[in-house]
Amino acid sequence: MSRPVAAIAGAAETSLGRLPAMSELDLHVDAALLALADAGLSLDDVDGITSAVHNPVEIAHALGVRPTWFDGTSVGGTSFLVHVRHAAAAIAAGQAEVVLVLHGESRRSVVGRHPRPVPADGMLGQFELPFGVYGPPTMFTLPYLRYAHETGTTIEQLASVPARQSEWSHGNPRAARPSLASVDEVLASTPIAWPFTKLMCCMVSDGGGGLVVTSAERARELRRTPVYLWGSGEAADSPLVSQMPDLTRAETFERSAAAAFTEARISHNDVDHLMVYDAFAHVPLYGLEALGFVGRGEAGAFVAEGNTAPGGHLPMNTNGGGLRYTHTGMYGMFAIQEAVRQLRGEAFAQVPDVEVSVVQGVGHFFSEAATLVLSNQEVSA
Amino acid sequence: MFVSGVTPGEGAAQALPTPTTRPFWDAATEGRLVVQQCGSCETHFFYPRIACPSCGSREVSWVDVSGRATLLSYVINHLPAPGFEAVGPHVIAIVRLEEGPTMMTNIIGSDAVPDQLVIDMPLRVAFEDRRGQVVPVFAPREEHAA
Repeated sequence: MSRPVAAIAGAAETSLGRLPAMSELDLHVDAALLALADAGLSLDDVDGITSAVHNPVEIAHALGVRPTWFDGTSVGGTSFLVHVRHAAAAIAAGQAEVVLVLHGESRRSVVGRHPRPVPADGMLGQFELPFGVYGPPTMFTLPYLRYAHETGTTIEQLASVPARQSEWSHGNPRAARPSLASVDEVLASTPIAWPFTKLMCCMVSDGGGGLVVTSAERARELRRTPVYLWGSGEAADSPLVSQMPDLTRAETFERSAAAAFTEARISHNDVDHLMVYDAFAHVPLYGLEALGFVGRGEAGAFVAEGNTAPGGHLPMNTNGGGLRYTHTGMYGMFAIQEAVRQLRGEAFAQVPDVEVSVVQGVGHFFSEAATLVLSNQEVSA
Repeated sequence: MFVSGVTPGEGAAQALPTPTTRPFWDAATEGRLVVQQCGSCETHFFYPRIACPSCGSREVSWVDVSGRATLLSYVINHLPAPGFEAVGPHVIAIVRLEEGPTMMTNIIGSDAVPDQLVIDMPLRVAFEDRRGQVVPVFAPREEHAA
């Protein structure tokens, strides 16, 4: 490949959990300052800013930045992957030099929370809400039984996703669910939307995160090991889960990942570490198949057998994921943060010798997807 | 004419039709299920739009459909939305109409237990009056019934 043009030069998470003293605006500002400190840069260096749901201009002003480039693309939890991709394009085009990619959400404490209205005269409001869907636990889970029916994936295999991921987050003081969870424990937890139980669903927390994206050249001059963006992709399809073209495939993942792998010129064997946004237990199964790491219907057994767990050959969701670590509502920021930590060698559950990490994000209910191929190496071998 | 299955109470979400979607809701109050069909490529589609999503033609018309469908996927919901608190666990499903389009709905006429809810089982539309708004729901259908 050609030399990567952009890199993550700073990365930080805020405190996580229950943060009633911090509004969503505060969380964005906190994340920005932490990420800049990590990069060794100041507010004066920043010319670009991104955020999702919140207007990036409101955040820039609160922070004291007067941006000449901004992006408020709001496509659910994958927004921040999209922002990194867009920031890299802006940097390549010479439109920005140092971009803050920011996330902050007071999902649990609901302080200064930006409203997320669903209009009754929109398509979701007219053709889905009247049937009793109530947020992601009842919408994102809807395709799964068809997948299980067509692939033969068992409920125990589904439950092995949070169980296996709990091996990564076990004992991590920053994890919301730091205990080990067995398959039986997952299956026995409170029913939410059968076949999904509480421990197959992400938790709800407060928190934020920030990334400093700049040119690869500039990143090399800064204090942290640059995390280069080798390739990226984005894709979208139906915003309504009932209108997904195929309930058994994350077709949006397939397209965003293919673009990212092609741009990065990598194949599956090159990938040392994988993050697949796990709002619910089935999403990593869809992701492993959509990204081509396993064949159709093979993901459940692949995870249950430990291939993605500590010691497995494809370490996945090594922070414990949205199911065990944290989930503020738009989790994509935390998937990127964990990839950066692994590539810097500073993760809580560090995988040895990670050079290439793939981050797969999802927005809403497979509606939007973005993929980042990240590396601590300038160019692929 | 209307059946009773999932009957949410005060505070439940109700559709607010727009001029483009109103024919769907008006038909439901008459006990008819309608979708749009493209006059150019003949594709049936749902949700309502001003143009065909398959070919972009604006020549679209409303047609009655058979009301026959199959069960594509579902959850048994234990996390009640506002207004559904007294309903108990209920089935939220995605069904595929015989004519092709898919839609979200509730399954009635069956206990909300997995044994009675078999993927691909045949369904037939029914209509439920929910506090003044009639919504299409689906019930199990005998395979060879008319």
